[in-house]
Amino acid sequence: MAQVDTPVGAVLVIGGGIGGIQAALDLGSLGFRVYLVERAPQIGGKMAQLDKTFPTLDCSI
Amino acid sequence: MADAGRHPNIRILSNSEVVEIEGEPGNYTVTILRWPRYVDESKCTGCRTCETFCPEVMPNPFDEYLGTTKAIGVWCPQAVPAKAYIERERCVYFLGQCTICEAVCKNKAIDFKQKRVRGKVRVGAIIIATGYEVFKPEGWTYGYGVFENVFTSLEYERILSASGPTQGEILRRSDRKIPHRIAWIQCVGSRDLRNGKSYCSAICCGYAIKQAIVTKSHHPDMETVIFHNDIRTFGKGLEDLYERAKRMGVRFIRGRLPLIKENPENHNLILTYLSDGKLRQEEFEMVILSVGVLPQRTNRKMSELFGLELNHHGFFEVSPFYPLKDGKRGIFVSGNTIAPMDIPDTICSTSAVAAQVAELLAPARGSLAVKKEYPPERPVGDEEPRIGVFVCHCGSNIADIVDVKEVVQYVKNLKGVVYAEDQVVSCSNEGLTRITQLIKERGLNRVVVAACTPRTHEPVFREALKEAGLNPYLLEMINIREHCSWVHPLEKEEATQKAKELLRMAIWRARELEPLQEPFFGVTKSALVLGGGLAGMVAALSLARQGFEVYLVEKEKELGGNLREIHFTLEGEEVGPFLKRLINEVESEERIKVFKGYRLSSLSGYVGNFLSTIESSEGKKIELSHGVVIIATGGKPLTPSEYEYGKSERILTQRELEGKIVRGELPEKLKTVVMIQCVQARDENRPYCSRICCGQAIKNSLKLKEKFPQVRIIVLYRDMRTYGFIEDLYREARVKGVLFIRYDLERKPQVELKDDKVKVKVWEPVLKREIEVEADLLVLSVPVDSRGNLELSQQLGLSLSSDGFFMEAHIKLRPVDFTVDGFFLCGMAHYPKFIPETIAQAKSAALRAALILSQDQLKGSGVVCEVREDRCMGCGACVEVCSYRALQLVEVRKDLKKAQCNPVLCRGDGLCSSVCPTGAIRLKHFTEEQILSEIDGLMEEGLGS
Repeated sequence: MAQVDTPVGAVLVIGGGIGGIQAALDLGSLGFRVYLVERAPQIGGKMAQLDKTFPTLDCSI
Repeated sequence: MADAGRHPNIRILSNSEVVEIEGEPGNYTVTILRWPRYVDESKCTGCRTCETFCPEVMPNPFDEYLGTTKAIGVWCPQAVPAKAYIERERCVYFLGQCTICEAVCKNKAIDFKQKRVRGKVRVGAIIIATGYEVFKPEGWTYGYGVFENVFTSLEYERILSASGPTQGEILRRSDRKIPHRIAWIQCVGSRDLRNGKSYCSAICCGYAIKQAIVTKSHHPDMETVIFHNDIRTFGKGLEDLYERAKRMGVRFIRGRLPLIKENPENHNLILTYLSDGKLRQEEFEMVILSVGVLPQRTNRKMSELFGLELNHHGFFEVSPFYPLKDGKRGIFVSGNTIAPMDIPDTICSTSAVAAQVAELLAPARGSLAVKKEYPPERPVGDEEPRIGVFVCHCGSNIADIVDVKEVVQYVKNLKGVVYAEDQVVSCSNEGLTRITQLIKERGLNRVVVAACTPRTHEPVFREALKEAGLNPYLLEMINIREHCSWVHPLEKEEATQKAKELLRMAIWRARELEPLQEPFFGVTKSALVLGGGLAGMVAALSLARQGFEVYLVEKEKELGGNLREIHFTLEGEEVGPFLKRLINEVESEERIKVFKGYRLSSLSGYVGNFLSTIESSEGKKIELSHGVVIIATGGKPLTPSEYEYGKSERILTQRELEGKIVRGELPEKLKTVVMIQCVQARDENRPYCSRICCGQAIKNSLKLKEKFPQVRIIVLYRDMRTYGFIEDLYREARVKGVLFIRYDLERKPQVELKDDKVKVKVWEPVLKREIEVEADLLVLSVPVDSRGNLELSQQLGLSLSSDGFFMEAHIKLRPVDFTVDGFFLCGMAHYPKFIPETIAQAKSAALRAALILSQDQLKGSGVVCEVREDRCMGCGACVEVCSYRALQLVEVRKDLKKAQCNPVLCRGDGLCSSVCPTGAIRLKHFTEEQILSEIDGLMEEGLGS
């Protein structure tokens, strides 16, 4: 398969946990259109469920 | 999370899954199936009135089913999107006739007729970031699901959470009482061939220690015990926390898989375990199972859909040199889809994948970006304040407690207020449009919104001002939901009174608000990368491929750094050919200028606009201008001063051993090799764990066993930290006969060197006696020495963490950024790490740097400090306290220095203005006049009147 001449400036990110959110924010801020697909009714994944994160004991996202 | 929800270029498709993909790299068409929410997202404001009235209670998945929600609801207060969702299986409409939610929804957002939709999107690349599953210990040996007071660690997270099912109170399930003795059992579902997975889940030691510390800080007298096999705190900062937990009184007991029984009388748990060769029993009131990481159950389907391989554990297969899968096809895997990893590693991994996408799609960057245009700003100059006040009901959240109508009547009479109204939901599209319209119609020049939290909603309302051509800093927002209705639900009158007073303060403050301009600065679109090892080369290549110029500066005469002395990877793959190819790619890349044998001699400027001088060993100087700096200066292994190192050919480091194995310099009749782990590491002088040495020892042991099958290898260790899949290699080494003997810091091995014979004495904890071995080779596992970072950190004014490595902006969430804008970090200058981790972090740093380089202009905040030069006496107190290097003393005339603030770097924290002895520094948006006016507003009618 050859790469097309002008690629589409959009990206599909599958998974709306901390990883997917990071990738979406990075690429969105770089100027790409991002579709963030999440199975659940809300994004955040497991990290959103965490009480605090280590070692700074900050609140979660 | 909220940032993603608000980003103009990000569209969140919740309740969705990918079902089909066609097309070619750079141009895929993906079919997405979207399950009905039965709520119109464009109308729902997340007020949760529907949830209050819904009759059907169900267990809340977000709380791991410990708490409850309703059949229609928002599962947690911070949900993004903050939209209600109907669980069809539980909804009484679908089971019978109920339509209560439809009746109470003021925005008419409920839509029972919603259907499943199939949609297509066109994209250039795809990232799989589907994460992991948590091991479910049901029907297994720890009594989970049978004994009431046994919880998984994820359930315990929810119990600890203030927004969780017990509001953060630690309660037993059996009697709702606070326990006094809690035990954690590690490795549940991990490192266990029979009942779970063979690998180490890498995150459980860290989170169990965190939970124990948090528990101790809630209840200092609580007894907390962690049963473990090895404590694996290999991540940056974690060893320190392990020590802190011990100091706080958390007990750590080494012992494999204790047996668990329940005391039927009080539902306590009795643990039987083997420790120091004796069978012991202890009773606990609660037991937490530290459950491991499983591959996501959708991995199989994804792998078939996208034509990717899975490894035998069920994670996506990747090569150590290309840890993020082949970029050519434009489909990437990241984070916990590859292997178990913690938050910072996940963030590096996904940012790294984003970097690869950015390389691949570089020509199309910006082509589909959403650009928002605003009307020109109306100057408000010397106009008298014309304040508009908007009081939000937040559905029923505020209006049920606070009498919003009364509040509106009250503020109408306050000075400066020309308009006031209450709104059902101010943040809804209707509400925002109305605010914009009223600003224009009524000629408002200040806006006060009384609603929920500014943290999530201030940007939303500022937007409404901008749409109306009003400067966004002319908004004042107060929170009468958290501060009034939620905390005083039983005192309606007082809550209303408090709302009035808060509003009065806000209005007084609003009168003093002034329009602020956000500064713009140009960007030099090139990067300076310091260090030409693996991290520096990978970062440079990624930036070049994204279209930016790079200056790569290496102090040695050759590129490659540490990698030149590493010959094979953990998996046994050869490093040489990879390194050669990488150097070749770097040197032939036209956007990269390589400077070998150069050092940085000076650097000035700020983000987007740096000016550096580099100098060769011959004294040749070159000036470079660039927009960002990437620190990739690496780290060298420590030269040990213990265990007779340097006195015999027979005593060497792991790296030296690796070289000898590869060059064939070891004697054929090699009989006994002893390895000592944690040499001058994890002790008083060097408290950190160097992360990679356990893996190195295993790697070299296996290589030795391969070349010299007869050799006897003894590894003396404190905790084997073979995290992730390296655990499989550790097991392989044990199967192949490598002997592992544990020692404690209190009883370190003794090494004697006599007549070129090396004798090692060590206390054997199982036999309970000292044993003595004569070693042909004694191999020392030494840590990466962080002392090399000191000079550069001082030169650049960047902080180091207590272990001597460069300190990132946030250890979890911003692992490659510095607090000072424009600087980025990767590789061993950050912390010791393996090849794939280094590659991921380097690409991640390149991506973060590209976020700056891709912009034509950088925009600062309007909330910055301003130095009034006539009052400044040049004492420099402000410069000392600024963590962002925004303030500098500048010579304005001969022998006269004044502080100057760079508004691009300033974060508006106001530390400078509070230490300034002459009051020369004024923090915009929080000026003395504004704060005093706010206080006057409070005092106006007296407290509580």
